[in-house]
Amino acid sequence: MSALIDIRDISVGFVGRDGRTREVLRNIDLAVAPGECVGLVGESGSGKSTLALAAMGYLKRGLRLLNGSAAFNDTDMFARSRQELERIRGGQLALIPQNSGQSLTPTLRIGAQLREALRLHSALPADQHAAKVIELLGHVRLPDPEAIVARFPHELSGGQQQRVAIAMALAGEPEALLLDEPTTGLDVTTQAHILELLRDIAAERGMAMVYVSHNLGAIARVCTRVVVMYAGEIVLEGTTRHVLKSPTHPYAQGLLASIPKLDDTALPIALDGRPPAPGDAGAGCAFADRCALVQDRCRTTRPQLAPSEIGGTVRCFFAEEAGRQQGQTIGAAPVRYAGGGTMLDLDDLSISYAKPRLLDQLLGRGAAVPPTVDDISISIGKGETLGLVGESGSGKSTILKTIAGLLPPAGGTVTAGDRPLPRTVEHRDPGQLRQIQLIFQNPDDSLNPRHTVADILEQPLKLYFGLSGDKLRARSAEILERVRLGAHYLGRLPSQLSGGEKQRVAIARAFAAGPEIVLCDEVTSALDVSVQAAVLDLLNDLKKTQGTTYIFVSHDLAVVRALSDRVAVLYQGRLCEIGQTHQVFGGESHPYTKVLLGAVLEPDPDAAPTLAADDVVERAPPERGCPFQRRCPRRLGAICDTDAPPWQSPEAGHAIRCHISLEDLNAD
Amino acid sequence: MLMRRLFLGAITVWIVSVIIFAGVEVLPGDACTAFLEREAQGKLLENCREAQGLNRSAAERYFDWASGALRGDLGVSANGQKSISELVGNRLRNSLLLAVCALAVGVPTAIFLGVVTGLRRDKPVDLVFSTTAVFAMTIPEFVSATVLILVFSVWLGWLPGIVLTSAGAPVSEFFPEIVLPVIVLGMVMTAHILRMVRSSVIEVMVGDYVQMAILKGVPYWHIVFRHALPNALLPAINVVALTIAWLLGGVVVIEVVFNYPGLGRMMIDAISDRDLPVVQAIALIVATVYVGVNLTADLMTMVLNPRLRTHALRGS
Repeated sequence: MSALIDIRDISVGFVGRDGRTREVLRNIDLAVAPGECVGLVGESGSGKSTLALAAMGYLKRGLRLLNGSAAFNDTDMFARSRQELERIRGGQLALIPQNSGQSLTPTLRIGAQLREALRLHSALPADQHAAKVIELLGHVRLPDPEAIVARFPHELSGGQQQRVAIAMALAGEPEALLLDEPTTGLDVTTQAHILELLRDIAAERGMAMVYVSHNLGAIARVCTRVVVMYAGEIVLEGTTRHVLKSPTHPYAQGLLASIPKLDDTALPIALDGRPPAPGDAGAGCAFADRCALVQDRCRTTRPQLAPSEIGGTVRCFFAEEAGRQQGQTIGAAPVRYAGGGTMLDLDDLSISYAKPRLLDQLLGRGAAVPPTVDDISISIGKGETLGLVGESGSGKSTILKTIAGLLPPAGGTVTAGDRPLPRTVEHRDPGQLRQIQLIFQNPDDSLNPRHTVADILEQPLKLYFGLSGDKLRARSAEILERVRLGAHYLGRLPSQLSGGEKQRVAIARAFAAGPEIVLCDEVTSALDVSVQAAVLDLLNDLKKTQGTTYIFVSHDLAVVRALSDRVAVLYQGRLCEIGQTHQVFGGESHPYTKVLLGAVLEPDPDAAPTLAADDVVERAPPERGCPFQRRCPRRLGAICDTDAPPWQSPEAGHAIRCHISLEDLNAD
Repeated sequence: MLMRRLFLGAITVWIVSVIIFAGVEVLPGDACTAFLEREAQGKLLENCREAQGLNRSAAERYFDWASGALRGDLGVSANGQKSISELVGNRLRNSLLLAVCALAVGVPTAIFLGVVTGLRRDKPVDLVFSTTAVFAMTIPEFVSATVLILVFSVWLGWLPGIVLTSAGAPVSEFFPEIVLPVIVLGMVMTAHILRMVRSSVIEVMVGDYVQMAILKGVPYWHIVFRHALPNALLPAINVVALTIAWLLGGVVVIEVVFNYPGLGRMMIDAISDRDLPVVQAIALIVATVYVGVNLTADLMTMVLNPRLRTHALRGS
């Protein structure tokens, strides 16, 4: 069978400021047969998205085709006329973009955007388009398609937007789908549902898929063949099983080892260093600088992509050694909490975003809607790490903001050490401000782009310790050293740092204050897995040396597992379960915890997620009863809607809030 | 939401009126001393103050003035003893005429050129118009006005160089005298709007949803008109609004250079005559126009931008 997509010897590059041509893709061959599903993996900057877009004959502004061809149905996309391209794109060859929220035109209704796709690419008569749109939306399992048609993109949730994008791609009945990180940024449950949907659709229509992702768990679920890219070239290619179970390239091994796993209590192993910038790969192997097996030969000669005796096609001189060495290194054990006094105490905390209306204010009434976060009582020990998990909208970040004093609570108190904290930062004294530090998800937004690393670090040092002159300089350098960045980083601006380095600077800034409590809000979510492992390792190290208390918020359960002593599970701003990490992650659990755990995608071709509950987005918590009542797969009946569930404790330190008896919870 | 904006707009105008009144109040002298000049003493001054009602408390006078203004009665001028509303009426119409002509020429030109330069970014057509726009923005209006008068009026003799029509003349008599002032104003205005539209178009055209439209196989012009422009032109609304307010507020320099009988020149004349009631009235009108035009622009943006519309409806 001839290939549907046949990319041959393609090189893509841009002209740098120095006038040199820098290659983003280097001599890549990739063939995809009809109905086949191929995964493209690699760190950011590896060229995987560029390759997928090149398959459509499209290059981002500034990029140029240097060599090669990208054939679709035997004709090079780069040689086709504009009319032909317009016919094929979105027709036989469709794209599902990374961020559907930004890829849907904000001023056009969903229905109009889907009808446009039909008008361009379907043979249906125009009077049947409206019905077809409804059918497509139903097909991607969007509830109430008739209402969705009339909405604008911003009125949908992330998962719904992604489904609309899938429906739009299906409108042209494509032979091949290109998926550019289609589930990145979505909740675990939504992601699992979308992937199942894609699998079903691909199987049902015999579509080929090229799935670009840095998420090996997603790749494992959808693809039969995986291509690993590094610095613009393919370093390993093989069946999903081969690449994920017994990779023969040191980079692929490193990538796998850096992924935290649900059933693994050790920290993931960081892949040190960073990939070369485009055009800087040198004459030898691009991975040489980061490779444990590197020899002199690797630095002078570029290895060729060749079939390996133990399976797959690999670009490495030492593939066999790499294969043998597989799985020998074990990650560091995380520092565990050994007990100690209470550091932070949340007592009956409730937080509301709803502002009471003027009339209610005058009459002294509170807001009519239930508060966003309610009834949170958690006590955290000194040096303990508490993981907060839940889907987006569960109130994780809201709680952190309130502890940090950025959002006043509607009720309840926050006590740090032995002193209750004033409600907002304006009323806290410098000592209390220093005590609690917050690290944000995205360092691009939390670091001032016009401040050098030195400026960023010196601020807390001046503010809290009154340092100046040489002392200030020396202390900044020391702190930078502690996050494993050299003093030569002091003069740099955030734009001159990689994503991982920026997040380290953000961590350094938090630790410069000498805090007792550090609040981590999705600190690794914007980072590559290899970098994520390094950041987790760093946080663990700081915990060891500083005895810091952490609250670690993440939607990634495996990341939470790696670092936390205790875990609290939140749904709609209410606690469902809290306990030691091993208690929450194993044994009897709240039905919601089970839903979350079931949706986790492991980088293992044999693991399948269990999808217990629909990925519905709830706008507000129910007024009475259990917060999870509308989605619970194990709903008992009316009691769940009317009565607040009781706390039940299967073991010391473990509490589950559910009407179902402990034996029944366990029986599942 | 709408009521709230209207309410805030009204508050703004009220605060401005207080500031204007207080500003005139703290000036040494009053309308009578200004009008009577050297004879401002003794019985004459007292009589004048009596007639103008100046011997009452400031609060009372403010109330009279403000409630009069609400009814459209802006008082009488100090020197001519004529109704200010009548005086200003003609001038406002003339300024409006100038503004409408300049807008009718400038806005379509600016949007067209802005879109063209934005789509043809860094191509010759973009370089030519973008550079011209920078020149048009930086050359002071009185310079370009003088040059245009010199070329078209003095050398070529195609158009009259100054306006001789009186303030109360019918609209038709302002042509062709109005052409040169319109060209000068249009140039400055076009330049501002053009640059705004251009950068907005560039931003939208490299955006994710335009890339998605390309990869969905949407034909180029379809992308431009359906996906890009409705989004790219939203920010232009506010720039256009600012320009309108600027034009209606009386473009003082242009009106003086061309001797155009608009609000701006009336303001200048009133200031030099120390006709304080007229100054007060014009300042209030200009402030109201600014608030009104900006309010309209915000409402238009809200109607045209689905994202803001939802927020407004949910009644944030």
